[in-house]
Amino acid sequence: MMRFWRRRRRALVCRDAVALMTAYLDHELPDADRGRLETHLADCPHCSEYLAQLRVTIDALGHVDVDDLTDDAVDALVDVYRSWRTE
Amino acid sequence: MTSGLASKTVDDDVGLVERLRAGDESAFVVLVRRYQPRLLRLAEATVGSRAVAEEVCQDTWLAVVRGVERFEGRSSFRTWLFRILVNRARSTAGREQRAGRPDGDAVERFDATGAWVDPPVAWSDRVDDGLVATELATRVRELLPTLPEQQRQVLVLRDIEGLSGADVAELLHISDGNQRVLLHRGRAKLRACLTAEMGSHG
Repeated sequence: MMRFWRRRRRALVCRDAVALMTAYLDHELPDADRGRLETHLADCPHCSEYLAQLRVTIDALGHVDVDDLTDDAVDALVDVYRSWRTE
Repeated sequence: MTSGLASKTVDDDVGLVERLRAGDESAFVVLVRRYQPRLLRLAEATVGSRAVAEEVCQDTWLAVVRGVERFEGRSSFRTWLFRILVNRARSTAGREQRAGRPDGDAVERFDATGAWVDPPVAWSDRVDDGLVATELATRVRELLPTLPEQQRQVLVLRDIEGLSGADVAELLHISDGNQRVLLHRGRAKLRACLTAEMGSHG
């Protein structure tokens, strides 16, 4: 009981903070954990920097483009469609 | 970010699917132009080879035209399409892709007290300027193939396609917790690779 109480109150270490970040970014952390993480972030420049870099990485992923489709590639799939229609 | 655009596309998809059901080839062409590049990207992330990915995509479109009668519109067309693709890719690529270790070790390292062993080094200020996002995106795209398969899949579906965690977990037949671990590791590895290159930007 005592141990449980202590653990709840103890400040997060960096390892714990990093483990919570993905759920945090998904807005899926329970309020208590979110509060503890935000408290940690306010005091820890390393974890704040890490979170900022994760956000930049996610933003970069959001900007990844696809190649344009060539007309040949479209034609090849239309052939698949037509051969199915005449099956 | 693209939610406005996405919902317009979803409405439009419904109409196209109706036309496809009625045997309208031009609707098929529009859907192919819209989704084939993205299907190919997801297929490549799943099977790791361009040639196999193209075959899987072809199978997927065939399954779409055969099964469009059964598409009930309960999920979006995109999710339905991705589900077909993931299932096809799984049966094509076979067992070996899932026989490997679930995934490598975590990227971040902490000491016995839980503190950083190598604290993150601040990135160049250039990163804050919006122009860099597209530059980084090019780099990220090159780095994606170096990640383990499941991490690639989750990154493509979550961060590139913008699907929800719950949708991705269902699509890939994994738990939500597992989905989150894969997402975290994938992002963490990309971050580490980008960090390694940031220094040279000065």
